Amino acid sequence: MCTMIVEKVAVNGSGKGVNGWFQLEQASVSYDHPFHAPFEHALNIDFVNESQGLGSRVAVELSAQAARDLVRTILTVLDQAEQGGHLESHR
Amino acid sequence: MYRTDMYEGLLAETVSMTGANGDVINAYLARPLGAGPFPAMVLAHHMPGWDQWYRETALKFAYHGYITISPNLYFRAGHGTPEDVAAKVRADGGIPDDQAVGDLAGAMRYVRDVPYSNKKVGIFGTCSGGRHAYLAACRVPGFDAIIDCWGGRVVMTPDQLTKNFPVPPIDYTKDLSCPILGLFGNDDSSPTPEQVNQHEAELKRHGKTYEFHRYNGAGHGFFYYHAPAYRQAQAVDGWQKVFGFLERYLA
Repeated sequence: MCTMIVEKVAVNGSGKGVNGWFQLEQASVSYDHPFHAPFEHALNIDFVNESQGLGSRVAVELSAQAARDLVRTILTVLDQAEQGGHLESHR
Repeated sequence: MYRTDMYEGLLAETVSMTGANGDVINAYLARPLGAGPFPAMVLAHHMPGWDQWYRETALKFAYHGYITISPNLYFRAGHGTPEDVAAKVRADGGIPDDQAVGDLAGAMRYVRDVPYSNKKVGIFGTCSGGRHAYLAACRVPGFDAIIDCWGGRVVMTPDQLTKNFPVPPIDYTKDLSCPILGLFGNDDSSPTPEQVNQHEAELKRHGKTYEFHRYNGAGHGFFYYHAPAYRQAQAVDGWQKVFGFLERYLA
């Protein structure tokens, strides 16, 4: 916990963890020490559902550049989907 | 010094101990076999959790003759793999300083009071554990030596203070009751070399016994042999300094 930079957001969707698919409840986004990525700090995203136990977690650890590229890509895809009239109205 | 005709043995196991607020938490205890009396160490684990590296480090200290206890500072977050538990603690913004200090004080009492103890207890921590170790050594009487390995956020700015972290550890320096060994990498960003200098200046200002070593070519976590941060030469030298320091103050 050396930077303590973390934000949480409620999310709706599914994630596939070690025990298979589960419903997601929250994403925690931090820029802090990763567990596996070979960096001192990484952009970490944990998709979790704590009501199903701490093991219900899908984790990614990205370099800052990879995280920025991912954000831009997600927004690009959503824009294309919106322009094509494909976006659904789930929260 | 070990001789090849000597008997040696270790015992390592999970134990229960009383921590902050009288809570019973678990801990990993490793110790040399024999009647002792042995000096003791408390290990304050790092941000990635109560993990394999800390268990192996407990065994390393025990191999060198220290009763060693590593309390699970994330016990209250629940149970699972060390990474899943640490991820929850990370998402929740860490653990309260008061709670960590209470757990480390409980660990100190545990190893001091076993019948094979020589009543001398040191404390060691890396990363957030270095910070927690420093807080404990300042706020709890009874430690005889502290080793702070690259503890980040000992120096804190006002905007970093929260309910969990209400006081910058450096502000407790006047109360530090034992000698301190500090090991730092000059490429680290938390603590930065400037923050290490600030910490050293504060120790000097209060007349504390300290020994700080700064390593070139090393950043954060240069003891971590499972990570790219590992630096072989610096780590070998650092461990020599750790055990030399403990021999002086815990024998």
